[in-house]
Amino acid sequence: MSMEQTLLQKKSLPDKFKKISFLIFGIGLLTVIISFFVDSHRFAFNYNILFSFLVSIALGNMFLFAIEYLAGAVWSTVFRRINEIFISFVPFVMVIGIVVLLEMHSIFHWTYKDVLENDEIVRGKTPYLNETFFIIRFFVYTLVWTLFAYFMRKNSLKQDTTYDQNLTYRNSKLSAFFIPIFAITITFFAIDYLMSTEPHWFSTIFGVYYFSGTVLSALAILTVVSILLHERSYFDKILKPDHFYNLGALLFAFVNFWAYIAFSQFLLIWYANLPEETFWMIHRWENGWEIFSFILIFGHFLIPYFALLSQQAKSNLNRLKIVSIWLLIMHYVDIYWLTMPSGFKQLVFGWIELGFIVFCVGIIMILFYYRYERMKNIIPVGDPKLKRSLEFKL
Amino acid sequence: MENKILYSVSGIFEDVNKLISAVKTVTDSGYTKFDVHSPYPIHGLPQAMKLKPSKLGWVTLVFGLSGALFAFLFMYWVNVIDYPLIVGGKPFYQLPAYVPVMFEVTVLSAAVFTVAWMLFIMFKFPNNSHPLIDTEYMRKVSVDKYGITIQASDPIFDLTRAKEFLQSLGASEVFEIYFRESNVKPKIFDKKFILFLGITSLIVSGVTYFILNHLLFMSPFNWMHEQFRLNPQSKLTFTKPETTNLTPVEGTVARGFLPYPYTDRPDLAEKNLINPLLPTEKTLKVGKEKYLTFCSPCHGNFGHGDSRLKGQFPNPPTLHSDKLRNMKDGGIYHIITVGQNIMPGYASQISSDERWAIVHYIRVLQRAINPKESDLK
Ligand code: HEC
Repeated sequence: MSMEQTLLQKKSLPDKFKKISFLIFGIGLLTVIISFFVDSHRFAFNYNILFSFLVSIALGNMFLFAIEYLAGAVWSTVFRRINEIFISFVPFVMVIGIVVLLEMHSIFHWTYKDVLENDEIVRGKTPYLNETFFIIRFFVYTLVWTLFAYFMRKNSLKQDTTYDQNLTYRNSKLSAFFIPIFAITITFFAIDYLMSTEPHWFSTIFGVYYFSGTVLSALAILTVVSILLHERSYFDKILKPDHFYNLGALLFAFVNFWAYIAFSQFLLIWYANLPEETFWMIHRWENGWEIFSFILIFGHFLIPYFALLSQQAKSNLNRLKIVSIWLLIMHYVDIYWLTMPSGFKQLVFGWIELGFIVFCVGIIMILFYYRYERMKNIIPVGDPKLKRSLEFKL
Repeated sequence: MENKILYSVSGIFEDVNKLISAVKTVTDSGYTKFDVHSPYPIHGLPQAMKLKPSKLGWVTLVFGLSGALFAFLFMYWVNVIDYPLIVGGKPFYQLPAYVPVMFEVTVLSAAVFTVAWMLFIMFKFPNNSHPLIDTEYMRKVSVDKYGITIQASDPIFDLTRAKEFLQSLGASEVFEIYFRESNVKPKIFDKKFILFLGITSLIVSGVTYFILNHLLFMSPFNWMHEQFRLNPQSKLTFTKPETTNLTPVEGTVARGFLPYPYTDRPDLAEKNLINPLLPTEKTLKVGKEKYLTFCSPCHGNFGHGDSRLKGQFPNPPTLHSDKLRNMKDGGIYHIITVGQNIMPGYASQISSDERWAIVHYIRVLQRAINPKESDLK
């Protein structure tokens, strides 16, 4: 097909990018290792946050991928390769997650024998919260997500050479299976890794809360990467503001969705005023943690809300880029806010946390570099929807 | 006919793509006062017309925020200023509970006022004397055709040139559109229309009333109306006599009203009854209040027997007599309870505890007049 020749010879990323990625990764890794010896408790908590954040990005992109197939979305086809890069993170992220299993005792105090003996509430939860089942669940998540990621990507990549329309149909079917499984696994993942850091507390909306942040961060990283590539003409300028407008609109929608869910969770706990639920919120409103609560209210909702409110803002690439990076940071802070106070009475924030953020950026950049380089095309050239996608107009 | 004033030259187009390229040419040739009509919104048209972004978004923003502010202030006024009520143990000012309401009112007022602004401010509803209304041109562009209207007030307008211009762009038909001779009165002020409105609303409300109140009557909630209790003086089937007006079962004692066993035996009352209260400040306060209310009219504020009744009732003896000072508390209690000779009993007006408190107060009065040795030191 002529499209392949005229459109987009994929360009390689510059060597400089690789060097910088390794530099950032190296600095991050070093601080992370040092922090392990300085304060292993804090190391473990931060590592859990890092892991959850990476899962957000990989899994969120799988969700976007699936929902776009199911909805038959046309505008998003041009971005699908970028989705797929992040989807292919899944097995690597799960390998990174093994450290969380090793450090389980520093993170989850329901693993302590004496806690189990003295604490009736935690003991009551042992049928679910026990080490064996926890590890089994980890491998179930790994297996399910990796398989889906593998087959989704395989079908999509195969289409580049075969132009087989059936593959689109097959991926739609796969997506239909994925969505309910995604809903269940992400809920349990959130309960396991984030909520169970405070095993006394429970919130039935917690899975949805993590989901809203997940999709938001996946959209944000998709947006920022696409814009950066677009600006450096990796897309041969085939993308129009109309394409980005959709990303902006979705970002805006999910900023609202996050706030809606976060507020719902807060409001019900506040209204019912049951001590077994409120203590969790109260803890995040004192001992310095209230700073992070405020950062979330403003940074995760009000600022991006007004930054994305107007129609022009949603197709203003610079604005989108900055807001997306900002939202990624906010999602990290959100996970930090969810788990960190469970392990530390007083506010902790310092070089260890910053080191982990650097480490996280490094991991994403390196994974991105290698995954990008292995790809043949930067847009799905064999997709039957591609032509319409390129011509997409609002 | 001659003094008709030209409003515009308007051309009909059959095809969207033709329309958009025509609009671009019109913009490029310098026309500024023109408009495009289409049965549905076309993306890209505002850009082709070089229109500035619509200001309507600001209207939405302003009214949305005012809605939020209004909702907030209203709830604040109700909950904090006008009628503070504790609900669910929450403080009067409770922002989290306001948020959902503020959110809803924001959405509501933003939507309603945007539409209203568009109708009444931008389209000047109910004014319908625009020259384009009721023309062949408007009939076509509101069904399946597109149209460009170049206004005569445009600085570079020239009738023949504009007509030829539109034809050269591919217009299938070109109309000359004139202002109306007189302003048409908005039809909604027509007598007939107003009559129609009146009759319609009468019929609708009549039918609604009839259906809801007579055909389908149901009380929206009835738990105040129908309670599981017995009303006085109603008929009962399961008692003898068949009425709710029953006397209490024999031997029933009302709470706080133990029967008084010494009615005719002041000596026994004095001997057996003991003041159950301590003369604390609180007790004395109660005693003073009750004494001044019930006793002072006859006995005087300080118990000297100097009544305020101006001889309409025999003056009682002083309360400072030796007899009374030596009487035990139970004796005085007895007098208050059942009375003495012409003094009536106060059992039905003053509770037992209050009577004992009065006794304490009388002791205070007595000691103020006849102090003990020790009080004077
Ligand atoms: C309607 C006027 C009136 C009121 C009110 C009244 N009393 Fe008397 N009280 C009298 C009269 C008259 C006597 C004298 C009765 C008698 O002849 O034995 C009397 C007698 C007494 C005596 C006995 C005096 C004695 O020397 O035998 C006491 C004690 C007494 N009252 C206390 C009270 C107290 C306490 C109150 C307030 C609860 C009260 N009274 C209210 C009219 C009144």
